[in-house]
Formats: sequence, structure tokens, C-alpha cells
Amino acid sequence: MSAIVDTLRLSAEDAIGLVERREVTPGELHAAYRAAIDERDGELHAYLRTADFEGGSGIPIALKDVISTKGVETTAASRILEGYVPVFDATVAARCRAAGLTLLGKTNTDEFAMGSSTENSAYGPTRNPWDPKRVPGGSGGGTAAAVAAGLAPWGLGSDTGGSIKQPAALCGNVGLRPTYGTVSRFGVVAFASSLDQIGPVARTVRDCALLTSIIAGKDPADSTTVAHPEPIALPDRADLDGVRLGVPKQVAGLPGIETGVTSSFEAALATATSLGAEIVEVELPLSFEYGMACYYLIAPAEASSNLARYDGVRYATRAEGDSYRSMVERTRDQGFGDEPKRRIMLGTYALSAGYYDAYYGQAQRVRTLIMREHRDALAAVDALATPTSPTVAFPIGDKASDPLAMYACDLLTIPSCLAGLPGLSVPCGLSEGLPVGLQLIGPQFGENVLFRIGHALERAIGFEPIPTRYLG
Amino acid sequence: MTVEGTTGAWQPVIGLEIHVQLKTRTKMFCRCPVGFGAGENTQTCPVCLGFPGALPVPNKTALEWTLKLGLALDCEIAPRAVFARKNYFYPDLPKGYQISQFDLPSCNNGRMIVPTCEGDHVIGIVRAHLEEDAAKTVHVGGHTGRIGGADYSLVDYNRGGTPLVEIVTAPDIHSSDDAKRFLQLLRQMIVELGVSDAEMEKGTLRVDANVSVRPAGSTELRTRCEIKNMNSFTHIAKGIDSEVMRQIEVWESGAEVEQHTYDYDVAHNRLTARRSKEEADDYRYFPEPDLVPVEPSSELVETLRASLPEPPGARIRRLEPALDLDRATVLVTGGLDRLWEDTVAAGADPVATANIVANNLVGAGVDPSEVTPGELAKLVTARERIPRRAFDEAIANIGDPGFTAEPYLAVEAVADAASLEPVIDAVIAANAGQVEAYRNGKTGLLGFFVGQVMKETQGAADPRAVNELVRQRLDQG
Repeated sequence: MSAIVDTLRLSAEDAIGLVERREVTPGELHAAYRAAIDERDGELHAYLRTADFEGGSGIPIALKDVISTKGVETTAASRILEGYVPVFDATVAARCRAAGLTLLGKTNTDEFAMGSSTENSAYGPTRNPWDPKRVPGGSGGGTAAAVAAGLAPWGLGSDTGGSIKQPAALCGNVGLRPTYGTVSRFGVVAFASSLDQIGPVARTVRDCALLTSIIAGKDPADSTTVAHPEPIALPDRADLDGVRLGVPKQVAGLPGIETGVTSSFEAALATATSLGAEIVEVELPLSFEYGMACYYLIAPAEASSNLARYDGVRYATRAEGDSYRSMVERTRDQGFGDEPKRRIMLGTYALSAGYYDAYYGQAQRVRTLIMREHRDALAAVDALATPTSPTVAFPIGDKASDPLAMYACDLLTIPSCLAGLPGLSVPCGLSEGLPVGLQLIGPQFGENVLFRIGHALERAIGFEPIPTRYLG
Repeated sequence: MTVEGTTGAWQPVIGLEIHVQLKTRTKMFCRCPVGFGAGENTQTCPVCLGFPGALPVPNKTALEWTLKLGLALDCEIAPRAVFARKNYFYPDLPKGYQISQFDLPSCNNGRMIVPTCEGDHVIGIVRAHLEEDAAKTVHVGGHTGRIGGADYSLVDYNRGGTPLVEIVTAPDIHSSDDAKRFLQLLRQMIVELGVSDAEMEKGTLRVDANVSVRPAGSTELRTRCEIKNMNSFTHIAKGIDSEVMRQIEVWESGAEVEQHTYDYDVAHNRLTARRSKEEADDYRYFPEPDLVPVEPSSELVETLRASLPEPPGARIRRLEPALDLDRATVLVTGGLDRLWEDTVAAGADPVATANIVANNLVGAGVDPSEVTPGELAKLVTARERIPRRAFDEAIANIGDPGFTAEPYLAVEAVADAASLEPVIDAVIAANAGQVEAYRNGKTGLLGFFVGQVMKETQGAADPRAVNELVRQRLDQG
């Protein structure tokens, strides 16, 4: 009976326990989440489409709509891919399927994962379960809102400059951006290939670790992948004995960090100390000064090339024209929203003859410096700690007309993305009744370290992941 | 080599860009089969159709063959080569970019030696790099044969993603004849490496030529024009010659050559200018983030180097003491030199062997690798003793398994006058005009009569005996 399952209060581990103890069948569990979606997603719009139960031995999962699902429409929340039904599964989707996970549906995102609020979806924004007048963050606002509202036990997102970690922070759940190259990108609609990574969003750090172990690994279909040198372990230690946490000195001086965010962050550091961790000041001057500029040259440049394939010739939407050229122009004009168009133009410019060296080339050189700076900072500590987002969830429409203000949402998440490093966002409290996230950055392949620190803090902080308005 | 104009001598300066389609089993970045003649769009998949999220995985064999080709061209092998994206919009390019090595190609700075009667010409190889081929488009309707103005266009993605090596020569070629020689040797090298069929008519070998001219003795490089769409070595030579003459005329008229791209029009043996592009190309190259750099191990490079056959140019020079340059070139560029060498080593006459191998054997469609040199040597030696018919039959069958020359060597030519005279009489009676001409001093007609008799006897007669008898008969009056 699905009525006995309260999806709002269920972690993925809890749900797995229910199935393993045969208290519910996988089909009943799927139905329970579908019922929750029917009940609460009319308001939230976390899902672009839901999927029927098609067998499977495990629990359900929500996939961001940039992840190709065989036989299930995949649009990346763009008009230009409306009606596109993949004939193949993304590797991560196939791995979930192979692990018995059942598809609940495809979640909303900023178009082509370009944005920090999910307002750039061509199919309308997603609302934050903590306050439906506010954004859930982005681009993976759909998955984050679904997990927060009990519309999925867990889900997968994609992170280019913060699209997993920032929505996880704004919706009060845990999100991991894995080390670049440890999870296959095959079948994931590309935004910026050298930055895109797929990762889990869940209620708990342990759930995140479990889902990571399902999706990670070398994939012959993605030649940039490598095998993780150590197996992903489920964390269970409560202490942080011997752990050194580095706090970048530059964070305190960054503009736009809300005082409520700062106090939650500092409280989390105090908790870490009480668990045995040592807090150390580290330096990341270049990363915070140039990270944003560097990212907004590299990511649009790659995007301008990745989005060139959407020309209406082979699949999805085509606008008719009286010549090849006008057909392509009209298809792209009608199919792309403002943000992809803006980034295509930025990126095309950055790669153009005569500008390449000054923009794309220079950004790549800066990226190398940012990598080195992170490597040096991490040489002396186990992980870096910062707030995940400078602010809590902001009202829908607040930054929609100001691209630069929107880009600044990723100020804290972008540098480590450029460095290819793993990052975990863990809830660390509320500010103005809205969740605040703690970002932990590890060295390359340092996922297990992040899980250990995140798990101990999560237990000690005791954050209530259910949005207050759903309680009682 | 120079070309005389009205104001003086000019030197052509020619560089070639050669595209070689590799005959790997599968495409460059996916597992679709590479093939010629399959139904349209049947050899495709999400990767080579550029579906969302599809990623390229490099073909290991194509990477190795590129190195092999580079080594055969005496190139330096880059310890680190990088694929880049070349961005442009065209329906033959499903991703909106072509993956191609760009500023860091696998092979650099090589050379090829082309033996000529003036000594060895060294043609510099600037680079050889690996890329993926575009799809094939057919523009229907309109009059330009191009996408603008066509009623509709058809795209066949079977070819899209086929591995392609582009070889770029230095502007070291100074005549159409040298260009042709270079290409013949290059083609033979490619075929012998087993990396491509290199057939121009099938498009597995494509050549573009960059042509300029300069006053003889000068070292300047003047504005060059590119010639495309030449589908045979002969057309390449003709296309180059036409362009050289055109440019000389332009300079001599006091005007300046402008940079242009021309298509060679086979039907009319002329060059037609492509419409100038409205804007300059900007391919916005950047390193392909979906692929890691190509870093071949030195063990692999050395293994490949050790597997190389002797280059064609060196083999031509090795054959030369026994043969003239042209015969040596024909044998080497036809892949016939090994058979020639083995046959000569078995005791046959070098020149006769060269002629028989290059003419009779090739004419009979025999695969030279199926021929036993010792048997061929016996036939070459006996070629004037046994009847022509027996010789031709032997050559036609020489590639068959278990072939031996003995039965053919045992056939005796008809040499006795009693058998041949009636035939000779009939030939003389039927060709009264030629008989009169012969007797009026046109003695070169003797061969004609001999040929007629050989034809009448269906090659069974001994040509030396016929020769003697015909001469006697004609000279008798």
C-alpha cells in the first residue's frame, strides 16, 4: 500500500530499507512518489514530465532533463529540443537502470543548464519548496526542489559552474559535484564540455555517496573518464579528528555575502572544531578575483560550439525557411531562449580570430593558475570550506533582468569547478527561514574525504531537511 | 623547370594538400562501419549524426596508421598531438564542427624523395594530420550545383566521420610533371602501407593544388590560387598547367593575380572560379574538450617505424642500374618491382622482364603477388621461341594456383615453310596496295605483313621464321 509511505520523510537509504524488507514493492514506492508529485508539483513545477513504472528492483530516481533517457523525451528545457526522444540512454541513466533504479521523471532546469535560478527554462520556472515565491537555484532547481519536497528520494544533476551545489544549498539538500572525469558525460546534453560533471542530489551525505558509487567509473564511450582510484565508501564516523579544514582568506572580503549566510557558515566551522577539526586559513587570491571572468569566457566558448548542432536538420524542432540558411536561422532564433543566445554570442566572440588569444586563450592560462592555486592550498589541508551560495533563495524575478547579478550567484562555486575538483554542499542551517549551504572542496578524487566531513557535520548540525511549511 | 612567357621565364611554385581516406573497419570517432556503396544513411549512429550528448571515441587503428603514414613520409612524430574543433555551419557537418588536429598535428616536418632524370627532388612535407570526413551532400535543382539556389539538398551521412589524413607539402614542386610523379609515388606508398585504397575516382584520395608563379631565379612567393575537384593525376597536371599559364598571362599583362579558389572542369579542361566568399572564414578553432591529447609511446613509434616498407623513391633508384627511370618508375608505382626483381634474380633479362610485367601481365589482369617468379623467368626467356599464342595463354594463367610453365614451353612454333607459305601467299594477295608500297621502298611495312600472318595463324607461327619467309617472298618480286 503506497499510502503507508510518507515520501516527505524518506531518505534514499530509508526507501531502500523498505524495499529490501519487502514492506513496499518498487512499484508501490514509485506510485507513492507519483502521488506526491500529483499532490505538490502543480505548485512547484520541479518535473517537466513524469515516467510510468516500467519494472526495476530498486527505488525511484529523478533525472535532470539534460540526461538522455531512451524513449523518454529529453529537452534540456529548450524549445529547440521539444519533441526530441533519445534512442539511447546516457551512461549515467543506464547505470541507474542497471542498479534497479526506476525513473520517476525528468526535472526542470535552466535552458541547457545555463542559469542559477531555473527561471531560464523554456517551460516555466520551478519554485522553491521552502517558499514558492522564491527560486530553487539553478540550473538544477528541478532536481533540488523535487528532493526537498519529497517528490524523489534522490536525483541526478549536472554541474558546470555550480548547478548541483547551489540549488542543493538553496533547497536544503546535499549535492555533490564529483571530480571531473570520474562520471561519464556520454548522453548528457553538453553545455561546456571541459566543465560539465554529473552528480547526485539527495537528502543525506550517505545517500549522495551511495548514488556516486552507482554512477562513477570509467566509460569507454567517454574518453575523458578515468576509474576512481579508491572505491566510494559510505561514511559512518561522527568525529573529525585529525581533519584540517582550509578557509580561504578571500571569502570574507567578497561582495554580496549575506550576514545570515556568514553566521551559519561560521557556526558550521565552530561545529567542525568541536568535532575535532582544525580550521586553517588558506589563500586563493587569483581564484576569487579572476574565476568568474575566466568561467564566463571558457563556458560560453564551449557552449557556442556545443549548441551548433541544433540546426533543425536532423532531429527535434525545425522552422521552415526558403533556403538552408533561413531555415537554420529561424530554427535557432525560435528555438533558443535569451540566455543560450547570449552565451552563444559571448562564446563566438571569445573564439573569433584576433580575439582568441586575448579571451579564450588567456582564460585557459588563468584556469591553469587557478588549478595550481587550489592544488597548493589543498596541499596543507584535507578540504576547503566556504559558503555554497552568497545568498539564500531569492524571489523569482529578482535577478531575471540582470545577467551579471545572476552570474554572481556562482561566485563561490565556480573556482573549484575550473580546477576540476570535487565539491559537496551540505545544509548548515537556516537564515530568514531559508536553507544555507556549506561548500566543501576536496582534492582530485577526494570524494571520500568530503563524504566523511559532510556526514559528521550533518549529524552534528542536525538540519531538518523537510521544508518548514510541510511540517505539522 | 621553367615556363617561357613573353617577358621571360617563369617558375611555377606548387604545394599540394592531399586527403587520404583511411580504410579502417570503423569510423574515426564511432563504431559505424566505413564502406563504399551502402544504402544512404545506413552507416550512422548518434555519434556521427551529432545527437545531443553523443561523444567521440578515437579509433586506435586510425591513430596508428596516421603515425605509420607520417613515419613513411620521414616526419617527426609529435609526442603530444591535440584534436581541435573547426567550427562552421553546413549540413554535411552534423555537430556544427569538424574534429581535426590543428596546431598540434601528429606528424610534422617530413619529406619525400622523388627521383627524376635531373636527380632527386626532395619534396618537403609540412605536416600530416588526422581528421574526420564530412558527409556527402547532393544539391538538386538550381544551376550552381551549390546549396544556395538549389531546390533541395540531400545529405548522406555514411561518409561523415570517416578517418581522413591530410598531408600538406611545402611549395617545393615546380612542374605539373613533378606533381604527378610525387603523387604517383605517394599513392603507391599509401597503398603499400595498407592504410587506404587511395583511389581518386572513389574519393579515397583527394588532391588540392596551391599554385603560384614567380620569375625564374627569384625566391619570392607570390599570391597563390587553389585548384580543387581534380579527379585524376592527369587532370591535376592539366589543371596546374592551365593555372600556371593563366597566372603568367595575368602578371605579363601588368595586372596582379588575386587569391581565388578554382574548380577544375573536366569536361571542358578549364578552371572555373568559385564565387568569392562573402566573409572570410573564421573557424574558431579550439582544443576539443571531449578528447584527451594523443601521446603515442616511443615503443609504438619504433614498432611502427620498423614495420615500414622501403620507400618507392629509393626502390626506383635501386632498379635504375638495370632499367631506365621511366621503366623503373612504372614498375615501382605499379607495385610490380618485387616481382621484377625476383624474376630477374631467377635469370630473366631485365628489360624484357620489365616490359612483360608492366604490359602483358598487367594487361591480362594478373595479380603480381600470385605469380611464381621462377616460372615467369622461364617464360620471359622462351618468349621468342614459343608461339605467341602459347605465351599469351601462359601469361593469362600464370597467377593460377600450381601454375607451371613447362606445358607452354613444350609448344613448338610453326616454322616450316610448307605450312606457312599458303598463309603468306594469301596475305600478300589480299594486300596488293601495301605490297606495291613495300616494293617502292616502304620496307617498314614488313612488320605489317608479319603481323597479318601471325594473326591468320592465331599466334601459332614462329615470328622469326615468318619474318624471314615474308621478306624472301616480297623481295622475290
